[in-house]
Order: sequence, then C-alpha cells, then structure tokens
Amino acid sequence: MAKKETMTINMGPQHPSTHGVLQLVLELDGETVVNAVPHIGFLHRGVEKLAENRSYHRALPLTDRLDYLAPMSNNLGYVLAVEKLLGITDQIPERAKVVRVMMAELTRIKSHLVWLATHALDIGAMTVFLYCFREREDIMDMYEKISGARMTSNYFRVGGLSLDLPEGFEADILKFIDAMPGHLETYEGLLTGNKIWRKRTIGVATISAEDAIDVGLTGPALRASGVDWDLRRDNPYSGYEDYDFEVITRDGCDTFDRYTARLDEMRESCKIIRQAVDKLQPGPIMADVPSVCLPAKQDVTNSIEGLIHHFKIITEGFKPEPGEVYQGIEAPKGELGYYIVSDGSANPFRMKVRPPSFVNLQALPQMIEGKLLADVIAAIGTLDIVLGEIDR
Amino acid sequence: MPEMLSLSNDPVLFLCVMITKILVVFIVVVLIVAYATYAERKIIGRMQTRLGPTMTGPLGLLQPIADGLKLFFKEDIVPAQASKLAFVLAPMMILIPAFITVAVIPFGGDVVVYGYTVPLQIADLNVGILYILAMAGLGVYGIVLAGWASNNKYSLLGGIRSAAQVISYELAAGLSIVAVFMLSETLSLRGIVAAQSGSVLDWYIFSQPLAFGLFVITSLAEINRTPFDLPEAETELVSGFCTEYSSMKYALFFMAEYANMIVVSALIATLFLGGPAGPFSGPINLLLKVFSFMFLFIWIRATFPRVRYDQLMYMGWKVFLPLALLNIVITGAVVVF
Amino acid sequence: MSQAVVTKLNGAFAASVLDVKEHRGEVTVTVKKEEIVAICQFLKDEAGYNFLCDLCGVDYLDQEPRFMVVYNMYNIATKERLRVKVLVTEEGANVDTVSTVWSTANWHERECWDLMGISFNDHPDLRRILMPADWEGHPLRKDYPLQGPDRELYQGRIS
Repeated sequence: MAKKETMTINMGPQHPSTHGVLQLVLELDGETVVNAVPHIGFLHRGVEKLAENRSYHRALPLTDRLDYLAPMSNNLGYVLAVEKLLGITDQIPERAKVVRVMMAELTRIKSHLVWLATHALDIGAMTVFLYCFREREDIMDMYEKISGARMTSNYFRVGGLSLDLPEGFEADILKFIDAMPGHLETYEGLLTGNKIWRKRTIGVATISAEDAIDVGLTGPALRASGVDWDLRRDNPYSGYEDYDFEVITRDGCDTFDRYTARLDEMRESCKIIRQAVDKLQPGPIMADVPSVCLPAKQDVTNSIEGLIHHFKIITEGFKPEPGEVYQGIEAPKGELGYYIVSDGSANPFRMKVRPPSFVNLQALPQMIEGKLLADVIAAIGTLDIVLGEIDR
Repeated sequence: MPEMLSLSNDPVLFLCVMITKILVVFIVVVLIVAYATYAERKIIGRMQTRLGPTMTGPLGLLQPIADGLKLFFKEDIVPAQASKLAFVLAPMMILIPAFITVAVIPFGGDVVVYGYTVPLQIADLNVGILYILAMAGLGVYGIVLAGWASNNKYSLLGGIRSAAQVISYELAAGLSIVAVFMLSETLSLRGIVAAQSGSVLDWYIFSQPLAFGLFVITSLAEINRTPFDLPEAETELVSGFCTEYSSMKYALFFMAEYANMIVVSALIATLFLGGPAGPFSGPINLLLKVFSFMFLFIWIRATFPRVRYDQLMYMGWKVFLPLALLNIVITGAVVVF
Repeated sequence: MSQAVVTKLNGAFAASVLDVKEHRGEVTVTVKKEEIVAICQFLKDEAGYNFLCDLCGVDYLDQEPRFMVVYNMYNIATKERLRVKVLVTEEGANVDTVSTVWSTANWHERECWDLMGISFNDHPDLRRILMPADWEGHPLRKDYPLQGPDRELYQGRIS
C-alpha cells in the first residue's frame, strides 16, 4: 500500500498574489492544505527603533510608511496618541477635527478600493482591478491637492493640520462622493450576482466570532463574523460621536460577507464625508499651545517671532510629561494602536505600533486548514493584509 | 459539375493544389493567431478603460511582430534538473495537434480549377469529427509533459489540473455534439455543412440550442480559457505549467492556445452555424463567424472570475455530462418519432 | 468601572499588585511577573477583558528592573481599556506566556522575544518573527546600535 506523502510548496516572498513580501510555506495533500506557516519580516525597517531617535514631530513621516495604502489613518492614530499624551485633546480646533474625519474616511475608501481590486484580481476578475484603480486615481489627486503627495501624505500635525484646505476642495470631494455609489454599483454588478464569484467566496475561509476575538481579529473581518464592535462608535475620537453612520455587521463569517461588509462600509464612509463637508466652518487649524504646535507658515516667513518659534520647536522639540498612553483607532484594516511611552525628553521613549494586519494574519492558518489551494488565495485577499504594517 | 480532382486524374495538379491549400491555410491561421494576441490586448484594454498597444506602428498594429522578435531573441533557459527531451518536446506536442485539426475544416464550397472540382478543404475525412476529438485528446499530453518535465511543483500542479480538466470536459463536449450527427447522419464536416446549407433557419443552432450552449462552455474548458484557466492561473500558480519556459518555447505555448481558440471557433461555426454556407458568399462567412466567437471568448475573459478546481470537476461530471446525455435522448426521441 | 476592576484585582491578588496609576484617563496596574497568567485569566473571565489589544516590551536601560512587559487589554462589552505592566529583570528575562488565555498573544510574544530578548516560558513556538532566523542580538534594546551591528554611526543630525 503506497504511503501518502504531503508536498511542501513555498508561496515565496515573490508571488503575484501575496500582497507584498509574505512567505507562506504550505503543506499540501493533493490540492488540500494540511498545514500553513506564514513567514514575515522581509519588509522590517525598524520603524519603532527609528522613532526612538527622533523628536515627536519628526517621527510622524515614519508612520505614513506603515500601512502605505491608508497613510492618513496611520498619521491620525499617531497624532491622536501624542495629543493624548500631552493632554491637549480638548484644545484641538473644530475645523481640524472635521478635516481629520473627512480625510480619514476618504482614506478608508482608498484602502478598500485597493482591497477590492487585488481580491478580485486574485480570483480572476481582472476588470474590477482597473476600475477600482481609476477611482483611486481621483482620491490620490485629492491627496496631492491637500498635502502635496499622492501617497505618503504626512498631512496631520500634533495639534491640528499642517495646511488648510485648498480652494475648491469641498467641491472636488463632493463630486467624488456623488459619483462613488454609482461606481460601487458597477462593481457589485460585476461581482455580487456572478455565480462564479459567489461559488468562490461563499463558505470560504470562515472563522467564528469566538475564535476571531480570541485570535485578535479586528476591523471588517471581525464585524463580518457577527461581532458588533467599531472604535469610531464605541471609543470615539476626533469628533466621531457627532456623526451619524451605521456599523456594518454580517453573520456569515465567510469571504462573501467580508466582501459585502467592506462595500457597505465604503457607502457609509461616503455618508460621513458628506456630513463632514456640511460641518466645515472657517476657523483655526492648529491648537493654541505654543510649546507644542508649529506656527502658521505665513508667520514663519514674515515675522521674526514666528521664525524663532518654529526654530525652537523643530530643533528642540516639545517635552511631554513622563507617562504612557495607548490610542486605538479604527483604521480601514482593523484596530490600529499606538502605545507611546514618554520619559520627559523630546524623543518618544518607546513607540509601539499595534498593526491590525499583523494580528489578522495570525488567523490565516486556522482559516485555510483543510481547504484547497485556491482558497488560500481568497483567504489572503479577504484578510486585507499589507506587509508594510505587518513588518514595520 | 466536372469531376473531383484526385491523385488518379491528374497527380501533378492535385499535388500543386494540395500544397497551395496547405500553405494558404497555414499562413492564414498563423496570421490570425498573431493578430489574435493583438486583438485580445486591445479589446480587453478597451473594456478596462485603457488603450492597449498603441506605440508599435500605427495603432499598435506591429505589436505581434515586435513580440515575436523579442521572444525569438530571448535567452533559452532549460532548468538544470528538467528532463531535457520531454521539456523540449512538450510545446511541440501542444502546438501540432492544434494546427493539424484545421485540416478538416471546410472554409468554402467547391471551385473549379482547370476543369476539375476542388473542395475548399484540405482533407475531407468521412470521420471528420472523430479526428478532431482525437487531436484534442493528444493536446493533453503536451500540457502534462510540460508540467512534469519542468521539475517544479507549481508546474506539476498546473499540468495535473489541466489533464483532469481537459479529460473531464472532453467527454461532455463530445457527447454534446453527438446530437448534431444524429440530425446530419454523417461525421464528415463537409456533409454537416451541406446539411445546413438550405437557409439560415437550417442551421443547427436553432434545432440544437442546448448542444450549442454546452459545446461553447465545454470547449472553453478544453482550451484552458477563463473562466476555466486554472492550469495557467497566474495568481495562484505563477503561470502554471509554463512557468519554467522562456523564449520560443513559451511563444509556442501561447500560439497553441490561440490556435486552439481558432479551431474551436471554427468548429462551432461549422457544426452549429453552417460554416461557410452563410449569408454572404465564399470563405468570408467562416472568417466572420470565427472572429465573432473569438470576440466572445475574449469578452468572457475580461469579465468573469476563475472557477475553483473542485467546482470545475463537479460541473463537468455532474452538470454538463448529464445535460449532454439528456440532449441525446431528446434528439433521439424527436428523430425517431 | 476600571476602578471597580482594580479593586477586585487588589482583592484577589493583593500580594502581586505593586502599583496602580491613572494618567490621561487610562488605568495602569503594575504587577509582579510570577502570577501573570492567573491575573490575566482572572481579568478575562471575571472582569470581561476578552480582547488583548497589544503585548509589548519596553527597555528602561538605566532602571532596575530593566524591562517591562505591557499588556493592553480591552473589554468589548463595556468598551473599557486596561493596562497591566509586569516588571522583568535583565538576568531573569522570562515571563510565563499568556497565549493560553488569549491566543493572539502568540505572535506578540514572538515579536517581544525577537526584538527585546524577553523569553516566554511554555510558549508553543518561540522563534524569531521579524528578524532573520539566524540573527544575533535583540535590535530594539536600548544598547543595540541604531545603524546596525557592523556599520559606522550616521554622522548627520537625526533629531
């Protein structure tokens, strides 16, 4: 009687569908996965150690490069954590809070568009990829108008925003929001009713609610398993308590439910952005805390006090009281947490980033055990991981 | 009608005419294969709101020539652990059956040459359909050999998947066209075309819609096109069975895929749409029908996701095969009563 | 509500609780490392902290004890956070694993071992996660050079 042997196959760091440099060592019995071991760390850049050697303001651009598909979310988490550490959360002006919410939701749409594009491409629907990237180009144009960079925006600052919104920005964003539901209908038309798509995603890569909480899954993946938890509603930050939106949950725990949940989340984000644009009032964009906040650019270039102020803050930095904070925000991929320890000096003593994708990836082996090779691809796509934040 | 030209009447003329026919058909098929790659890139590009090739020559029309030249000049890599003979033989074993299948497709009526009738078809076998199915079966060897000879687990998986897929769907495809022979009472393709040559309504697509649908879908699986393109699923198997191939051998694989697409379109046109006997006159009919089916296949590729392996096998054995058998039973009943 | 939890904790594990602090609206409890698994189990079962957000190590180079392992946890039902810190000395740089309480701790502890050098007893699979498997040293420690083990210090100004 021939002995059955398993075949070890390596979905190596370079693979068209591992969303970055992820290495999966799979043990296959025919086409069925017996065991899966993820290997990460190919993109480790030492962001946490670098942050310990820079002042708080200078550590901000490092956060852009964590989840590079949702840069403004990472920025938001960091500035909120530092503001909490300083104790100036109440002094952030209203306009800054509203713009932060607006850009955070726009970033959520951007991240979910890339998720949909790559997930559909992995399963074979090539056209959705290009349609989603077309919408993403519009968002990146808006990023460029507001911050100067398409991807690594570095827009928020400790205490508010770096620059005010440019002229006509509200009109641009409203035009985009008006067109977005139509595009979402197009994607749904191509995918949701398609029998092949449904067969590839219904019942695939399931994880129950208890297992999900135990393994640390957060974000839309957790909400699609039925757990009603969204940090925007439960521990609101930056004025989210004043917005009216629904938290999307589904009961099916499978890939198809995560797909519909994320699409509906995009619709909710459009709603929030519309409310934010209505709320926008003229006003200051930076808190009035001279020891921490950078002065406005006109003051820096036109007055000597502004110049000296700017110089002092950039070279010496600000020194928060010794202490520690943990700030979690609802990033597009899950709970993004920043744990910052201060020892009274100008550099963060310890900055720990709690990346949602790092913890979500832990759920992968139990989602794909006993399933087919093609489901592994669907599972990686549905978890929506990005290696920049896993490896930091 | 003057008598049919054959080896006994006028051997020299017969040989000349035969060689001309072979050359013409071969060149036309190779040209269509080359420009099918261009058409696919342009059409899929337009469907995805982008342009496709535009830079090489006017409207990008010289792109296939540029691709061919590039592949020709690339370094030919044979992996150290691969079985050399099988590695080199595999692309040929896929390409040759694809091309020689075209020999039995009729692409026009009869013409008169120097007083003899010459059919516009290279060889009129009286078991034409059987010959085609046999050649399609030979194509599987090439894929499995390519997968195994590359000494690479991904290629092996791709080759195995393809073998299982093609064998399963060949059954359903073959059975779905049995009903066509029951109506035409001949296996020869010339005879089937003749049986449909009355008017447009005589075409078998109207009397055999189920067989038509089944044959289109199962032949997509035969030629490894989306939604059944698992063997070369780029996002899972990094190009499947042709991962380790480079230069001309890689080009041969893709020529074989498009040649298969042409053959299948021509088959569908011949069996269900009357082949060269159509609204216009001459070979232009067949070409138009072939092009419209190729457009359909390209359109399907741009739209649908890929089916999973076990779902594909389920569909082949538990859905299409019973439907094909059902079709035979119904046709049989209608013919007898 | 966090205060009630802290009171309960004080009641059940009075010997281990060293310090309770509240700063910027967050409660931090410092405990001794011996009973950490029991404490975490208590917090998960009795106090409802069923979600472990984050587990990391902090290196206070000039203090004694040198390391601190920090557990940030969250109660999904009451939406409250709690932080538990454990003191770890340099000589005895090991803590019991809490992956039996929350399985999400698995990879967090691997990262703590990899970057800080704090090992976890009875961990199911303690090996390096971000650095290559044959790397020597623990990069996030304060005495590990920023530029890497065999390079010169960057001469420009970075802060």
